[in-house]
Order: sequence, then C-alpha cells, then structure tokens
Amino acid sequence: MSALLVESQRGAHNATYRCVVPAGEPWLHEVPKGSYLRIVDLEGNQAVDTLFYNAHDYTDRYSAQDTIRQQGNIYLTTGTSLISSSGNVLMKIVADTCGRHDTLGGACAVESNMVRYSLEKRYMHACRQSFLKAIVEWEHGMDKRDITSNINFFMNVPVTPDGQLSFEDGVSGPGKYVELRAEMDVLALISNCPQLNNPCNGYNPTPIEVLIWEGQDR
Amino acid sequence: MSESSVLWEETVEPGAAWSHVLKRGTSLLLTDMEGGANVGAVFYNFECPAERFNLPDTLKAQHIARLTKGCVLYSDMGRILCSITEDSVGWHDPLGGCSNAAWVACKFGEAPYQQFRNNCFRNGRDGFLVELEKWGLGPRDLTANVNFFSRVTVSEDGSMTFHPRNSMSRSHVELRAEMNVLVVLNTCQHPLDPNPKYEPKPVRLSIRKARPTGAADPCRRFRPENSRGFTLTERYFA
Repeated sequence: MSALLVESQRGAHNATYRCVVPAGEPWLHEVPKGSYLRIVDLEGNQAVDTLFYNAHDYTDRYSAQDTIRQQGNIYLTTGTSLISSSGNVLMKIVADTCGRHDTLGGACAVESNMVRYSLEKRYMHACRQSFLKAIVEWEHGMDKRDITSNINFFMNVPVTPDGQLSFEDGVSGPGKYVELRAEMDVLALISNCPQLNNPCNGYNPTPIEVLIWEGQDR
Repeated sequence: MSESSVLWEETVEPGAAWSHVLKRGTSLLLTDMEGGANVGAVFYNFECPAERFNLPDTLKAQHIARLTKGCVLYSDMGRILCSITEDSVGWHDPLGGCSNAAWVACKFGEAPYQQFRNNCFRNGRDGFLVELEKWGLGPRDLTANVNFFSRVTVSEDGSMTFHPRNSMSRSHVELRAEMNVLVVLNTCQHPLDPNPKYEPKPVRLSIRKARPTGAADPCRRFRPENSRGFTLTERYFA
C-alpha cells in the first residue's frame, strides 16, 4: 500500500507537554478536545499499543471493528476517524509519516505469548501487564474489562485476500510519527511494547516520545 | 453426528438475540435456514466472565482473518472457549463488527414497535447489550464479535469487501464448548451487507452432546498454537 504521507505543521518547541516513554512502560494521560497528540517512533520499528476512552465515560471507548468498518479499510492512517463503541469520533489522525498502522493484532499478553510461542514465555514482560498496571495506578475504577482491542501504531500486520494474517517487519523508521486531534475530551492509554518474540519491535524495543499541543483549536 | 446426540433445538427469529451457557462437552450447531443469514456472536467464560473472547488473540494465534473448521476461539487468558468442529461455509467473518441503532435507522428507516409490533427493526449492538444485562454484564463487557455465515475479504490496500451469497440455505457451522461458555448471539444483518432492505434471516440452533476431544482432534492439530491453547484449557480444569 502506498499511503500518502502527511507531515504536521506543529513544531515540537511549541508543545505544551513532552514525555519520553521507555520501552516496556505504560503512559496514561488526558487529552482535551481540540488538542493534538503526537507519538514519535524515536528509533524506528517500535509498536505502540494504544487505547482511547471518552474521558467522561470510560464505557464509551475505542472500537477497532467500528473504526475499520466505517472507513472500509483495516489500516489506519491520515484521515482515519477513531470511532468509539457508541459511534462517536474520539480522535482523527491528522498527520502520519509512517503510512499505515494496525488495529487487528491487539496487545501482547503473557497468556497469549504462551499460546503463540511456548508455555515457558509466561514470565516475559507484555503489553497487557503494562496496561493493567497503568489503570490500577490511575485509580478511576477501570479494570481488565476496559482493556479492549487496541491500535498498534507503527506495527505492520498485513491481511491477505485469502484471509491470512501475519506479523511483519515494521514499516516505520527512526523519527516517524503519527499525530491525532482529539474530537472530544479523551483519555489516552499507551503501552510501549516490550515484545521480543516477533519482528513488531525489530527484536529491540526502544523508547517513544509523546507530545501534546493543548488549546490549538480554541 | 447422530440425531440421538441432540439435546434440544430452537429457531432464532430474524433480527433476534439469544443467550445460553453452552456446557463443556456440548456443541452448538448453527444452520442458516434460508441462505444469507448472519449470526453475530460473543463468548465468555461463564464461571468468570472477565475472561472473554479475544479477537486479536484468536486471529494472531492462528494467523487468520477468517474463521472455518479447525479454528478455535481464544479467550484473553490463552484458553479456548469454543472450537469450530464443522463448517459447510468455509469463511466466517471476524472483522466487520455489529450493526447499531443509528446504522439501522440510517440504512432502513424507522420501524418502531408501536406500529410494527414484533416486526420492528432490531440491531446487533442493542441485541447483545440486552442479553448481556440478563447475565449481569454490560457495555464494558461487549467485546469485538464474530459474524458467522458472512464473508469480508481484505484487498492488498486494506479495503474491505462484503461478499453476498457466502452462505446458502442449510449451510451450517458447529461450535464445541471447551469450557462452560456464555454464548450471546443475534441474527441481525451484517453491518457491511449492501442489501438495501431490512431482511435478517432465521437461524436454527441445535444443542448436542459433543464427542470427546483427543490428541488427534483437528482443532488441536490445526496449528501448534492450538495444541498449547488446549493444554492451557485442560490445566484450568485440572
């Protein structure tokens, strides 16, 4: 797929918030309506597992199936509206220098690693561990039921016309980014993926940077 | 499978929802009575419904974007909820999700109960949510669903195509419960179905005793991953 790469006009020096998230760590933050959220793949080939919620009602959350069905395409890129389970638009992708992002592959978990690779993989760190740690520390009543099918920014999970699916080497590279505008007050939850068992992180998980520009549309 | 194994049967009317705890060791045979049916379905471990169907784990463990005989439905805990033990269709859709009230109203117009009585228009999401409430579950528990009898293919550029006439009259698919599984389903139309008319189809359900699974079970041998999934499921009951 030759996606149209779209750069952002916003400069990092104007960002109202910046945070480097090390590999294997979660990040949770509210993003007010009208703000812009940029996720930068600092060193390249890093999967960023991401969930979004209506900040005022966590039952209204990102829905992968509604998102891909509404746009009629399984890959996320500039122009994609991220649709919630209640049919609302949570975020819109406004810039993307990577080209496409996955929302079918889900998050790694120690349990699914046991199935996919071997029963001995149980004690390797995984995204769901990070997600659960983050929502417990957030202390807003979220639990495992809120960890639903997520987005994998910078991850390459092609589906073939005959219905096969695979995890391929990343299509991302150092400094590539995706930028989203919040269409409502949103809670963003990220796990910077620690997976070592497949090429989603190039077998070398690395840090990402998250930037927010608040109040740009107000 | 012999008719003597049938425990009971029922027809789910067009557009209706249904739920049942399918016991470990039994199976659910779904039959498309007229052709062109769609069955949206979600699955939970009845003993602990926080363990539920996980679509991404199901797809990536088996390297699939379609469901057919041999495939299994994984929970988020690395265990198997149900196995697909028979299938005359060859392709069931895990991608398209379910219809909702806004989509039905926009596509087919309004048909409320007041005027239309039990021919009123129904939608997949509300059907799921009402059934889930009966088991103490709610909107937070509604996961990504599968759509039996429907086929959505993905082209090279990622675009999705719904294929009408994927399922003919008398087509069937059988699910074997590998734990006590709360099955919640509805017979609403697939949300990518281009049919301009509200025309959901009836589906026949047959609950049966399942044959015991062994080491040679085709679902277990479908992928090395599935062998480990069965092992983890057996450990849960050990």
